[in-house]
Amino acid sequence: MWLWFHRLGSGPTFYPFAGRLAWLLAIPGLLLLLHGLYGALWAAPVDYQQGQGYRMIFVHVPAAWLSLFIYSSMAVAAVVALIWRMKVAEVYIIDAAIPGAGFTAAALITGMLWGKPMWGTYWVWDARLTSELILLFLYLGVLALDQAIEDKRQAARACALLALVGAVNVPIVHYSVEWWNTLHQGPTVSKFDSPSMDMRMLVPLLELTLASTLLFGTIVLVRMRATLLWRERHSRWVGEIVEAGQ
Amino acid sequence: MTEFFAMGGYAVYLWPSYVVFLAVLFGAWGTALWRGRRIRRAILRERRGRNDKR
Amino acid sequence: MVLGLVVMVAAIAAMASQVFRENLMYFYSATEVVNGDVPPQARIRLGGLVVPGSVQREPASLRVDFRMADCEHAVAVSYEGILPDLFREGQGIVATGRLQDGVFVADEVLAKHDENYMPPELAEKLGADGTGHSCAPFKSLERS
Repeated sequence: MWLWFHRLGSGPTFYPFAGRLAWLLAIPGLLLLLHGLYGALWAAPVDYQQGQGYRMIFVHVPAAWLSLFIYSSMAVAAVVALIWRMKVAEVYIIDAAIPGAGFTAAALITGMLWGKPMWGTYWVWDARLTSELILLFLYLGVLALDQAIEDKRQAARACALLALVGAVNVPIVHYSVEWWNTLHQGPTVSKFDSPSMDMRMLVPLLELTLASTLLFGTIVLVRMRATLLWRERHSRWVGEIVEAGQ
Repeated sequence: MTEFFAMGGYAVYLWPSYVVFLAVLFGAWGTALWRGRRIRRAILRERRGRNDKR
Repeated sequence: MVLGLVVMVAAIAAMASQVFRENLMYFYSATEVVNGDVPPQARIRLGGLVVPGSVQREPASLRVDFRMADCEHAVAVSYEGILPDLFREGQGIVATGRLQDGVFVADEVLAKHDENYMPPELAEKLGADGTGHSCAPFKSLERS
C-alpha cells in the first residue's frame, strides 16, 4: 500500500495513470451531465413557490458543492504536501485552485442571478454569501501566492499553508445557514434522512452534482499532467513521452 | 418551444446562469487541454534546440 | 514570503470579522421587537412571516400595510415600493427599516424562501400552497 502510494507520487508512474483516469472520469461525467441537464431543464416539474425559476438550483448547487469540495481536497493535499513533501500533492493544490476559483465564482454569479428575481436583490451581506465570497478570496490568495514566489518548492509550501489555514472557512460556509439567521435558505440536499425535495427534482440535481465532480477530476488530472511534464522537463521520462507524442 | 425558452418569465436570469456554469466547466477543461499541448510543444522545442547545438 | 502570507490572511480575517460583526445576525424577530430588544430609531432588519389576511394594498400607490410574525408575536409593517415576486401572505420575508410609534416602516422588503422544493400538485396535497410556511427560521436565536 505504502509502496504503491509512493510510486504513484512519482512522475513517470503518475503521468500515464492520470491520463487513463482522466478519460475514465470524463466519459461517465459527460453522460451524466447530458442526462442531468435534460432532467433539470425539461423532465423535472415546476416548483410550487418559484415556478420555473427554481431551475437555477441545478447549476447553483453543483457549483457551490464544488467550491467547498475542491477547497477541502486542497487542504487534504496540503497536509500530504507538508508532511511527506509529495510533489504530486503540491502540484494538486495549485491545479485544483484554478477550476476551484472558477466554480466559486460560478456559485456566486448563479446565486446572484437566482437572488434577484426570488429574494428581490442580487446581493446581501448575510453570513452565507459573505463566507462564500471569502472562499473566493482564499482561492485567489493561493493562486497569487504561487505566482508571487519564484522558487516553486517554496511556493508550494506557502500555498499548502494557506490552503490549510483557510480550510476553517469551509465549515463556516456550510453551517452558516444553521448557526446564524440568514436570508439564504437552509440546507435542502444534505439532510440525508429526508431531503426537502421531490424525487424528480432531486435526481437531476444529484446527477449534475456528481457529473461536475467527475469532470472536475478530469480537469485537474489534465492540468497536473502538464504541470508535472514542465517541472521535470529535463528528466529522461519526460523526453521519452514528448518525443513519442503521447 | 417558445414557452420552454421563456421559462415562465425567468429566462433572463435562468439562461445566463446555465451559460456561466457550463462556460466555467468547459472553459476549465478546454484551457487545461490547450495548456497541456502548449507545454508539450515548448518542451519539444527546447529539446530540439539543445540537439541542434550539439 | 511568510510575511506576505501573514498579511494576506490578516487582511481577509479583518474584512471577515468586520462584515460578520455587522451582519452575523442578519435580522431581528418580531418577538424581539415586541419585547423592546432592538435599538430604538436604528435602521434594522426584521424577519418573519407575512400574516395571512393582514395585507392591505393602498389603491393607486405602491403602499402596502401588513403584519409580520414569528412563532409568537406580530408587528405592524408599512412599506412603499416594489415587492419581490415571492411576496405573498404566509411568505417568509426580511424587511429593512425603522420602528416609528410601534409601526415598522420598511424601505426594503426581501423574500426569504424556504428549502423545500416540490411540484404544485404535491404542495396542494400537503396544504403548503404558499400560505403554510414554517415560522422556524424566524425564531429569535441567541445573540452573542
